[in-house]
Amino acid sequence: MAKIHVTTTINGEPVEFLCEPQQTMLDVLRDELRLTGSKEGCATGDCGACSVTVGDRLVCSCLMLGAEAEGQEIETIEGMADGDTLHPLQQKFLEEAALQCGICTPGVLIAAKALLAKNPDPSESEVRYWLAGNLCRCTGYDKIIRAVMDCAADMRGA
Amino acid sequence: MNALTYESPGSLDEAVKLLAAAKGNAKVLAGGTDLLVQLRMGMIKPAMIIDIKKIPELTAINEENGGYRVGASVSGAVLGEHDGMKAAWPGVVEAFELIGSTQIQGRASMGGNLCNGSPAADAVPAMIAADAVCTIAGPNGRREAKVEDIVTGPGQTSLANGEIVVDFLFPARPARSGDAYLRFIPRTEMDIAVVGAGISLTLDDAGVCTDARVALGAVAPTQLLLQDGAAALIGSKLDGAAMEKLDAAARAACRPITDKRGTIEYRIKVAGVLARRAAKIAQQRAEG
Amino acid sequence: MTVESKKYKWVGTSPVRPDGNDKVTGRAKFGADLMLPGMLTGKVLRSPHAHANIKSIDTSKAEALPGVKAVITSADVAELESEWVPAGELQLNFRDLAHNIMANGKALYDGHAVAAVAATSAAIADAALDLIKVDYEVLPHVIDVEEAMEADAPVLHADMFTDGVTPKPTKASNIFKEVDIAVGDVEAGFAKADLVVERSFKTAPVHQAYLEPHAAVASFSEDGQAELWCCTQGHFVVRAYCAKLLGMDIADLRVTASEIGGGFGGKTTVYLEPVALMLSRKAGKPVRAVMTRDEVFRASGPTSGAASWVKVGVTNDGTIVAGEAILKYQAGAFAGSPIQPGCMCAFAPYDIENVKVKGYDVVTNRSKVAAYRAPGAPISEHAVESVIDEIAKKLGMDPIELREKNAAREGTNAAYGPKFGVIGFADTLAAAKAHPHYSAPLGPNQGRGVASGFWFNIGGSSSATVNVNEDGTLALATGSPDIGGSRASMAIMAAETLGIEVTDVRPIVADTASLGYTFLTGGSRVTFATGMAVIEASKKIALELRERAAKTWDISVDAVIWEDGLAKPAGANAGDFEPLTLADLAAKANQTGGPISSAASLNAEGAGPGFGTHICDVEVDPETGAVKVLRYTAVQDCGQAIHKAYVEGQIQGGAAQGIGWALNEEYIYDEKGRLDNASFLDYRIPVASDLPMIDTVIVEVANPTHPYGVRGVGEVPIIPPMATVANAIDSAIGIRLTELPMSPPRVLAALDNGS
Repeated sequence: MAKIHVTTTINGEPVEFLCEPQQTMLDVLRDELRLTGSKEGCATGDCGACSVTVGDRLVCSCLMLGAEAEGQEIETIEGMADGDTLHPLQQKFLEEAALQCGICTPGVLIAAKALLAKNPDPSESEVRYWLAGNLCRCTGYDKIIRAVMDCAADMRGA
Repeated sequence: MNALTYESPGSLDEAVKLLAAAKGNAKVLAGGTDLLVQLRMGMIKPAMIIDIKKIPELTAINEENGGYRVGASVSGAVLGEHDGMKAAWPGVVEAFELIGSTQIQGRASMGGNLCNGSPAADAVPAMIAADAVCTIAGPNGRREAKVEDIVTGPGQTSLANGEIVVDFLFPARPARSGDAYLRFIPRTEMDIAVVGAGISLTLDDAGVCTDARVALGAVAPTQLLLQDGAAALIGSKLDGAAMEKLDAAARAACRPITDKRGTIEYRIKVAGVLARRAAKIAQQRAEG
Repeated sequence: MTVESKKYKWVGTSPVRPDGNDKVTGRAKFGADLMLPGMLTGKVLRSPHAHANIKSIDTSKAEALPGVKAVITSADVAELESEWVPAGELQLNFRDLAHNIMANGKALYDGHAVAAVAATSAAIADAALDLIKVDYEVLPHVIDVEEAMEADAPVLHADMFTDGVTPKPTKASNIFKEVDIAVGDVEAGFAKADLVVERSFKTAPVHQAYLEPHAAVASFSEDGQAELWCCTQGHFVVRAYCAKLLGMDIADLRVTASEIGGGFGGKTTVYLEPVALMLSRKAGKPVRAVMTRDEVFRASGPTSGAASWVKVGVTNDGTIVAGEAILKYQAGAFAGSPIQPGCMCAFAPYDIENVKVKGYDVVTNRSKVAAYRAPGAPISEHAVESVIDEIAKKLGMDPIELREKNAAREGTNAAYGPKFGVIGFADTLAAAKAHPHYSAPLGPNQGRGVASGFWFNIGGSSSATVNVNEDGTLALATGSPDIGGSRASMAIMAAETLGIEVTDVRPIVADTASLGYTFLTGGSRVTFATGMAVIEASKKIALELRERAAKTWDISVDAVIWEDGLAKPAGANAGDFEPLTLADLAAKANQTGGPISSAASLNAEGAGPGFGTHICDVEVDPETGAVKVLRYTAVQDCGQAIHKAYVEGQIQGGAAQGIGWALNEEYIYDEKGRLDNASFLDYRIPVASDLPMIDTVIVEVANPTHPYGVRGVGEVPIIPPMATVANAIDSAIGIRLTELPMSPPRVLAALDNGS
């Protein structure tokens, strides 16, 4: 079983890795690159805990092969903070208690960041539908939705 | 253990050659949102995966004689940002965008949605209602086929060994035309359609329907194109009587099953409801 | 202890959680995130049959596969005596636990573990599972609880003779036990009633559906000591269970709780943990085992599905004169459903003279149930709260006023035994009635529902240690895994007790070797019980600090007070000294007696019962049966809220789970008894777009037995939603739905049938 050599960019850094053809990007991130911030909640694209961006697109890394990363630019939760400064969404989630157990949080944050990049002024309904693929079982979503909207307002004002 | 290989050809010819040579042991990877789940669950054990996203014509959207040619690998997210398609075929775009989450939209393709052969595929009834034609490339060159002729049963298609769907042509349409797609799911997102209804129609200046296509999903082994449904609309102003006829035609056409997503009775009843509701939205869009 | 009445500095505020940064950056390590050098991958082979004799298992081909380092079956699991031990609100039998982690002779449900392998890669482990040959003799199965109770039902356990029946039956059945609760004389009560309503209900098993699958990393040493890392609600409990299952001394097993990605009761028992340990012991290498989502649904506990019957009698003025219920709870494949708390809670919110409840604990060919938020209570209270609503409608009484008229208050004898102390049920009803939501206008096809809920809340064993660092900051350790922000509440209580900055307290969850026994996170006990240990340990620190100051000033300790984070002379007579800060005292610790630390271990008693009242507006699509939740308000008496935002979060999360239970969640089986919806695609938990904001009203009726008045919060909010939604649907369409989930096909069928 020949491994595939992949050259890609992850969180702005050039990365090379070897993967098996059937390994998903999530497997590669977690098991090969030890970037365990992306979580496996289902492995079938139904929970969003493994969300990453590939180029300007939000995807489930469990539904992408590692081999497909060739030449792409991938961002994971590990790249969201800027040095020792948290991204405004990360900060807002902390301030507004928008997480409980925290397992869905990386995926939610990546998804919310992708939303605000496209739509800096989303309605509550737009946030809810955008994040419908990010399951959270702890919060009832209330504080997550509020934190995203409050952060969007802050970022528009800044 | 199977020795899976991964190929990402840069041209259609190359992809077709690989696919044909694999003699049924290769799977085409576009968005992967169905394929990788099947792979993970052990439902399929291919020897080769052929990633077709590096083939330029499969990811392009081009205007053509007033209509649009959409590559089979174009993702929902990309199509949803295409102003031309949104204006021309809003029902097709909305159907495609209903598939899965934002994350799924980042990858899922219309070609995959069709070729996966699911009776519940959301994009397919809308494409059938739109009278879309797909281009198919294979070992013997290219051919065209109507979308309704592709799926032959659950997980089954009429594609021959080595054939790949290249693109879909959504034709130019007369003024005062509109289309719509509605589906029913138990939640508001993240479910597979229990029933889907796609309708495309054209009105004359007096508001009388002159042409219509009505398609249903998830109520039979394949998507259904309803001649009776179209007949119910054509010649009417989509008044109450026409709506009742459409509702009855939709219910009569259903041959559903009871499964974890819905019962026979439920699917039949809701098919009529969604057909009516989709027709009304298409009418509003046609009236501009 | 008395409730401290002074204004708090930290209690009731919402500081940023101390572990928050790691959770928003992906740094936090959950169950599956630990990797050890040389670690093997463990995987489990599971029965595809609902009920089958295992005639033989041939593992030879799997063992011969290069890369396979260990294979285990029930032959590797020691047989244990049938022995029941308390497990929180539930009971646990060690023999059943052993048989659940690895089927012994018989597979009892689809997903039941029959073998496990450890291999050098996941792909090899998968291949090895394919090579294990199991010879099954498929047996008739039974899924439905009432069918399982029939005389000719397939019997799961040949040695199950119903408990609680005299004389004890001689024929084996699927009814493990019967439970009876009776107060007064229900027949006499019903004779006095002007109106009697009785209804039958069915509820589907629902899964806790935590986002993080079960995961464990085990590492056995040659000398018989082992370490285990796992996502659990109680690592001390895991240690006890695993030591028992592996025949180890407790001292030889050290368990570290990883961060935990949700539990809701479902991570209070063991599945993979002992299996990973057994594989590691056999392979001589560390083993990591992680469930797939499919395995989580098929093999880990949902809560019971149930069939219930409730009868309530009232006089025309709305006084409830009698309540009766029959409750049949599925336990899954092994005995031990939450029938006891279900029976106890059924009528607990009300002051009723005559109550009779009969419960059945019934085994079926489904995965063994596990605790799920207020185990047992949502099922029985859904039935009772639905009937109460129907009575209110028939009497033409406001449903909140009907509840107020009958509400349990301080001094009420609860039907399940004790006399209530200070409780806040009436306060939640008053707050709900006064809430603007309750009087807001409704549109067409819309309806409003109200329902209440009760949960005991529990105490139990907890430990805490406090270490004063050299600079005066504090290291605070407890043994309670933090599911929803409890580190923050622990830090608040320590800071409040010591009068210091909350950011000067660094709370951690310590492993089982590092502090005293701590029972699991569950039953709404952590902020109450572990909080008491934290307060106790902090008070010991305050005393120690006074002693150190006394030594520094060379005065009596009685002449030193600890106030606002400072040691001060108690008064002018004590002497004229500059107050000493924690940092001052810490810096001089070596001159005054050495490091400053404390530990507290206690068994917290006097948990304060919790009540909640919810209001929900729905809109029903009359053509599709779809129910949309338009507005939701949850009122709850939490005692004193420690971290306000996380208390709100518990209420919101519980309400959302209850809405899922009400509308779409269910276990669906095919005709062969296999679970047909073992994925998040078809096991439909609410997604963000399904829900409105969930408004919360925290009523604070302090629990007099806790220094800060804590009752607990996590369980109550899942109890009212099912009836609240059902009552709202009834208000919208005039039809009482009695079967959960109230999914669109069921609602549409009810609309079509007009009943």
